Amino acid sequence: MIELLFSISVGVLSMCGVYLMLRARTFPVVLGLTLLSYAVNLFLFGSGRLIPGNPPLIADGVERYVDPLPQALVLTAIVIGFAMTAFVMVLALRAMNDLGNDHVDGRAD
Amino acid sequence: MPILLPLIAAALMMLVPARYWPAYRWLGPVATLFQVPIAVWLIAQAMGNGYVVYALGDWPAPFGIVLVLDRLSALMLMICAVLATAAHLAHQARPSEHTRQFQVLFQFQLMGLNGAFLTGDLFNLFVFFEILLIASYGLLLQGGGPSRTRAALHYVLLNLAGSSLFLIAMGVLYADAGTLNMADLARVVSERGPDELILVQAGLMLLTVVFALKSALLPLHLWLPATYAAAIAPVAALFAIMTKVGAYAVIRVLTLTFGLEGSETTPIISTLLVVLALATVAAAGFGALGSVSLRRLCGYLVVLSIGTVFASVAVLEPKALSAALYYMIQSTLVTGALFLLVDLIADQRGPIDDSLQLNGPPVRNPALLGTLFFATAVAIAGLPPLSGFFGKLMILRAALSADFAPWLWGTLLVGSLLVLLALSRAGSRLFWSTDGEPLTPAPVPLGALLPVMLLLAASPLLVVFAAPVHAYLDQTAAQLANPQGYVLQVLGGGNPKGAEP
Repeated sequence: MIELLFSISVGVLSMCGVYLMLRARTFPVVLGLTLLSYAVNLFLFGSGRLIPGNPPLIADGVERYVDPLPQALVLTAIVIGFAMTAFVMVLALRAMNDLGNDHVDGRAD
Repeated sequence: MPILLPLIAAALMMLVPARYWPAYRWLGPVATLFQVPIAVWLIAQAMGNGYVVYALGDWPAPFGIVLVLDRLSALMLMICAVLATAAHLAHQARPSEHTRQFQVLFQFQLMGLNGAFLTGDLFNLFVFFEILLIASYGLLLQGGGPSRTRAALHYVLLNLAGSSLFLIAMGVLYADAGTLNMADLARVVSERGPDELILVQAGLMLLTVVFALKSALLPLHLWLPATYAAAIAPVAALFAIMTKVGAYAVIRVLTLTFGLEGSETTPIISTLLVVLALATVAAAGFGALGSVSLRRLCGYLVVLSIGTVFASVAVLEPKALSAALYYMIQSTLVTGALFLLVDLIADQRGPIDDSLQLNGPPVRNPALLGTLFFATAVAIAGLPPLSGFFGKLMILRAALSADFAPWLWGTLLVGSLLVLLALSRAGSRLFWSTDGEPLTPAPVPLGALLPVMLLLAASPLLVVFAAPVHAYLDQTAAQLANPQGYVLQVLGGGNPKGAEP
């Protein structure tokens, strides 16, 4: 059940992300990138298998544990993705200032 | 060490207060210059030991992140160091008000490049890619102006989409193979039967798409000429190696996981790569012929060189691989020289800048700049006396045995012809079809000419020392053709406390 829910949410997120990224204005594109990066992060997290309720470490008394590596990867990916989103926001604002509109090609329509 | 040096230099430069900045101006160039002896030392190491493995934090290979130095990465470090030195010198010769940000970003860019060449772990490769990309975004914006902002916006958005794809590929690989260490991945691939590999192959294909985007292979090449034309000259020259990072990653991943002649996926990838590469060469040739400005023309030449490299890699033979590497060295350095030279020429043409459609005023030193331009053109188009000719000759000879040899021969030769035409057209427009008097009274400063000459000198040097370079590259290719050595060294622990990174 949880797998189904998980995969559907990843799918919907990436669908919305890709759709928005193909728009012509910078704001939807940035939003689309953000959604896509959420989808990617979930996907990476899922690559370590979904087992609820187990700690990500090997210790005494812990029988079943989950793989800690995907969690570390996702953490890194989130940090990098966040920085990139901030950067692209600033760049989009700068483009708005420099080019006078928010079209990705900088052309007024 | 090549990673730490730029990191420390960049951090130091950021910490210096603005008041004292002029006193610390030398820090950046010195740090860049130091890359060269380090690269030489690392090449010597790679020649002596074959592989040098350094486990970060002393965690053994499949668990911790390792840095691996072999002949290929040492070679890439060397190219990078030489190019960076020249680009930095060129920037020093034309001081602008943004010097400080430039210096810091430049060091971070070098750190990302060196890290990407050295790492032995896919996720770490991703991290270094991001470092070099975010530095390149900043560098691209140096100088400001609407056209730069527009080019940067496209470039950033494309690369962010590429990064998402990179992460997806990584998720697929990890979910199926359970590892992201390149050597461990190679082991997993070699142990499994063909039926169990489908997901891993899908992941690797996705990775190849990402690397093709970074290196501007055909359907994904449209961003490059605009971006490179918008960047200031030293940055564009340094960017000449950024596409080669993609090529490096493809070579590394393909040879490690599939081997040169091995699994049944190899033919698919080989066909795919060769078709795309040849199409890239053709498209770039026509693009170069039709470009309206000189900088854009240079951008297409970068695309063309990457197409040639990929076409040769796709032959999947050690000999072709070594030819591809030879061509890569020379094309990277010479394209870097061309970007710097174009900037000098454009400067002297005043408001016309680098347009190829209008007649401009003649340049101040036509003999000097013309000769340099001519030499660069000869090297890029691949005419006999200079190294471009040998690179192409080696590629053509190595490709003789491949099934698609007629196609490869035809496209590469026609591509060279197109480049020749485009460059002759540009040259005659620049130097002969001129109106009026020279605008700038002063001749070109020596400091600005030095980096161009430095990079250009690489071309005849590559011819003169063709034998040792070729021997080195042959051994590199042999090393790449034999991934077991890599796997053994990395996973067997080698000597965990081995040499420095």
